[in-house]
Amino acid sequence: MPKLTINGREVEVPAGTNLIEAARALGVEVPHYCYHPGLSIAGQCRLCMVDIEKTPRPTIACNTLAADGMVVLTETERVKETRRSIMEFHLINHPLDCPVCDQAGECWLQIYYMRHGLYDPRMTDEKVHKPKAVPLGPHVILDAERCILCSRCVRFCDEVTGTGELGIFHRGDQSEIGLFPGQELANKYSANVVDICPVGALTERDFRFAVRVWYLDVTKSVCPGCARGCNVEVHVNRRRPHHNEGRRVARLKPRFNADVNKWWICDAGRYGFKAVDDKTRLREPFRREAGTVTDASWDEAIAAVAGALERYAPDEVGVLASPRMANEDLFALRRVLERRGIRRVAFRVPPAVDGDQDEILIRADKNPNARGAELLGLDGDAAALLAAARARQVKCLWIFDHDLLASAWPEALVLGALGAVETLVWVGANANATSERAHWVLPAAAWVEREGTYTNFEGRVQRLRQAVEPLGQALPEWEILGRVLEALGAGARPPRAERWFRELAAATPAFAGLSYQAIGDGGQMVRA
Amino acid sequence: MRALQRFYLVEVLSGVALTAAHFFRNMGRHAAHALGKKDARGAVTIQYPDERRPYSPRLRTLHRLVRREDGSPRCVACMMCETVCPAHCIYIVAAEHPNPEIEKVPARFDIDVGKCVFCGYCVEACPEDAIRMDTGILEFSSYTRGGMIYTKEALLALEPAGPDGHPRSPIPIPADRTP
Repeated sequence: MPKLTINGREVEVPAGTNLIEAARALGVEVPHYCYHPGLSIAGQCRLCMVDIEKTPRPTIACNTLAADGMVVLTETERVKETRRSIMEFHLINHPLDCPVCDQAGECWLQIYYMRHGLYDPRMTDEKVHKPKAVPLGPHVILDAERCILCSRCVRFCDEVTGTGELGIFHRGDQSEIGLFPGQELANKYSANVVDICPVGALTERDFRFAVRVWYLDVTKSVCPGCARGCNVEVHVNRRRPHHNEGRRVARLKPRFNADVNKWWICDAGRYGFKAVDDKTRLREPFRREAGTVTDASWDEAIAAVAGALERYAPDEVGVLASPRMANEDLFALRRVLERRGIRRVAFRVPPAVDGDQDEILIRADKNPNARGAELLGLDGDAAALLAAARARQVKCLWIFDHDLLASAWPEALVLGALGAVETLVWVGANANATSERAHWVLPAAAWVEREGTYTNFEGRVQRLRQAVEPLGQALPEWEILGRVLEALGAGARPPRAERWFRELAAATPAFAGLSYQAIGDGGQMVRA
Repeated sequence: MRALQRFYLVEVLSGVALTAAHFFRNMGRHAAHALGKKDARGAVTIQYPDERRPYSPRLRTLHRLVRREDGSPRCVACMMCETVCPAHCIYIVAAEHPNPEIEKVPARFDIDVGKCVFCGYCVEACPEDAIRMDTGILEFSSYTRGGMIYTKEALLALEPAGPDGHPRSPIPIPADRTP
């Protein structure tokens, strides 16, 4: 453990730590472009120069390992002058198109220019022109003029995905980032190059010109796209509703979690938020009788559901929970089942196509909380439940979120079961072919509109946080189930997701000792 | 209040005396002017809107969008004006420009003049000199809130004011208002 002094303060860091990370441990920022903790060291940008005692010249911090007794100074006049000169060099051919650049506002070139720049450029020659607005693949667009050739994107494709689509071509001031011939930047993690690009050279096609970044509000959350549960930031646009065609969620960005997703997220997860502002979203509870739809209030809907649960014998009720529901929802559902003694419950519906999986992040199970549903004891035989409905043993079927008609089950069997039940209750956020056949449809809040927790495949419990208000009258499932529980005479329901979780942690051994405080931003493992 | 002011008639008479003094003084000046004494100038009424006072060149009037040579807007939809606007009266939606050198154009550029406070920050903030408040147009009124919203097409059609500061383009009159 080398002990060194940075700007007069002592710090002890693990052996092999470079000076950027050592300074970061002290809260000292060393400006840099090409260094990224998730990638190899390139030493391309030369911006991270620091003064080290007994060395004659400033040295790059990214490629200098902390050593015992080292004395480092990051803010001397010589270092500042070096940074200013390097900034000037980077800006020689950088176009002044910040007004049209999507990166403006979160651009490190802008930030360090404002901090260290020479405000009056000495460069009078014509800038070198390079291709602009070139699509590299389905998600990424390149502006070669804005590129400062830090090579982070090249290293990402070489080292993280191993696909190697990108390279730096030509020499000197003609150098530019580009695709190898015949290649397309279409790997499953391609949009991560946008996040790591310190300037506006690589931007997202999906987010292009949608919203200026300074209008966005950020909420920490978890991606619901697969069992990995990558940590994300949800960027929502509440201040300028006329932008982005009124869609509230503008984009997702990965959030660093050393134990789950590091710095990355897959493209399927990144662009999986479209359902939130989709036109299939349900806004009001309604009932369907003989094909006619009538709007209903929540009180009527809850009374109808509770009435059905009481009217039928416990054995005549089947519940198909969803592994897309949060732990709190599933626990509230378990309470309802326990109250009525309902035994027919399941949550696994086989998908029509098997999910893809890889060694990086993507999991075959595309549900965020299958492990949580297992731990809460809701696992059962879904196919048997469907068969019982077909055989008219189950008269009331309560489905959460699933679209059985899009599953691997044959359509005729599903339609037979859905047609056979007397009461079909469906709860979910987006209408689908199954909800089209339900007698009662209850709108649930989408994952960005509510609080909750998911348990990922490893057993890590992670928090969802509310980024926007629910659409229309939609409610989180724990609230819907809490109201049903009250209507069944169970007493006052917990008013918040956190209180539901507290009850869940007290009642379930796997979750014992967990709380929202303990989970924090990084998540906590369940027991065993 | 002084004791004298409590008497109604005294105050009325002093008011009438003041008005009458102005009237006769101006009548005398106008008469002297008509009789050839050209430096005697009585008070005059400007026959607005047929006559106008000269406007200051710095006067901030209705906005216009500056055009490129081909008639398309100079605006690149950078949202600087929308961001700086303290009244939140500018609504821009960006779109792709076929020329990658320009890259970005406004698909929609609406100003709700009913909300505008005429601070001129949008003009200050614009990096492209694409919005100006130099049309000289002051007469925009409407019977509805919707009539106060000026679209990109309306703003692009406006010309800068003449050298005396008076408008050169017709005043855009909303459909719900007859002149």
